[in-house]
Amino acid sequence: MTTLSNNEPIEPSDRTAAAIDVQQLHKYFGNNEVLKGIDFHVAPREVVCVIGPSGSGKSTLLRCVNLLETPTSGKIFVEGIEVTDPDVDVDRLRSRIGMVFQQFNLFPHMSVLRNLTIAQTKVRKRSKDESIEVARRNLEKVGLAEKEDAFPAHLSGGQMQRVAIARALSMDPELMLFDEPTSALDPELVGDVLSVMKDLASDGMTMMVVTHEMGFAREVGDKLVFMDGGVIVESGDPAEVLANPQHDRTQSFLSKVL
Amino acid sequence: MAMSKRQRAIYLRYAQYALILIVVAAIVVAADWAKLRDSFFKPDLVKEQFPDIIKIALKNTIIYTACAFAFGLVVGLILALMRLSSIGPWRWLATAFIELFRGLPALVVFLALGPGFATAFPDYEIPFGNIGTVTLALGSVGAAYMAETIRAGIQAVPKGQMEAARTLGMSHNRAMISVVVPQAFRIILPPLTNELILLTKDSSLIYILGLALDEYELTKWGREGMNGAANLTPIIVVGFCYLIITVPLSIVVRRMEAKSERAR
Repeated sequence: MTTLSNNEPIEPSDRTAAAIDVQQLHKYFGNNEVLKGIDFHVAPREVVCVIGPSGSGKSTLLRCVNLLETPTSGKIFVEGIEVTDPDVDVDRLRSRIGMVFQQFNLFPHMSVLRNLTIAQTKVRKRSKDESIEVARRNLEKVGLAEKEDAFPAHLSGGQMQRVAIARALSMDPELMLFDEPTSALDPELVGDVLSVMKDLASDGMTMMVVTHEMGFAREVGDKLVFMDGGVIVESGDPAEVLANPQHDRTQSFLSKVL
Repeated sequence: MAMSKRQRAIYLRYAQYALILIVVAAIVVAADWAKLRDSFFKPDLVKEQFPDIIKIALKNTIIYTACAFAFGLVVGLILALMRLSSIGPWRWLATAFIELFRGLPALVVFLALGPGFATAFPDYEIPFGNIGTVTLALGSVGAAYMAETIRAGIQAVPKGQMEAARTLGMSHNRAMISVVVPQAFRIILPPLTNELILLTKDSSLIYILGLALDEYELTKWGREGMNGAANLTPIIVVGFCYLIITVPLSIVVRRMEAKSERAR
């Protein structure tokens, strides 16, 4: 069994490991099979965008990666460590996987700074000073250095989502999961969040992004995956898939959203 | 005579004002004010209450209530977490406790833990005397009510809060302590204050334990005063003392609610 230590980066058991490696993943909600044998890979430093109609299972796939949903069967490896191994320390694993939600999920009773430091001090056991330093660095990265004393209720949706990204980054994640990060935003605020994500991608962050932003997928994504009905219908180079979809279902989906 | 809808509404409104005025006037005229003042508000009897009613009775009421509320809050939180546990026996135990202490009249609980306990376990006694007993008895009743309130508050915190905390690597318990429970308490601040006000009044049931003079709380104080003076004035003064506790509480909570509304 591989142990995950608190302060060291996750030590891959297999040096050539993919950042995310999903093998034959099935997921049922009751009798409803929402994932029907998914094989899915994200290489280190790769940005993979997952698109598809609602109910296609794309969010469920993403939430299986950090075990917010428990897979019914199949295997998932993150940085070479088997997530689906019952002996794995889920909390330590999750602290290495940043996640950004559609609904932001900032802690409303804490200031922005506290939102960014609480897990650093309570989970990563960093000193107060160090965690504040890390938090400030990340707030600066998302362009909100002046908001550290604000409460979430006083921020716009776009600002909240950037704080949420900074909060995830403050744990020094190995990879980042984005679950429709711009879907709850007013259209004019989407750009700020996407540009933060773009900076992150160019810094070499490994990213899995469930999104409806085809422009982002084309420009930033290394790979585009189209899901429908619990299966991966088609995947490949984003520009190629978007311009020249091979399957009927991909074509009909893209004709509706583009 | 044809009246427009608007005119009718205006007449109806004035008719209500007139009715209220007539009732008040009738009471003012019918009442024997000198007699009323003598039985309810005799100035020298009012004066006689002070300062001991504050130094003893009001102080004791606050102490009894505060102890019971603090105990009830802690036990109530534990019970609420037990009710939400995935381990069956914890849930059953909590449910049994809640049903028992919510179902029994507070007076019965006082009797069970006061004279009842002393008879059943003659070799043991509840520590801290009457304060210990009131804390345990009134606190258990309060805990049963507060447990359900706290549980509802915890369940009212959006699911995404727990998910976000877990995603950052917090354990379930850590996420509960740092993220979910603090938000739950904001939601349930008004019903918790109601509970505190109810406990303030129920602390009067301590009389059943038999109290020394310096242990009197407001109601006991008022009843003794009333019997001694053969006059209702002491009870009226006691009534005002209760309001001195409860009305500011309501105001503080309204302020806190407004503040957390802004922070939302």
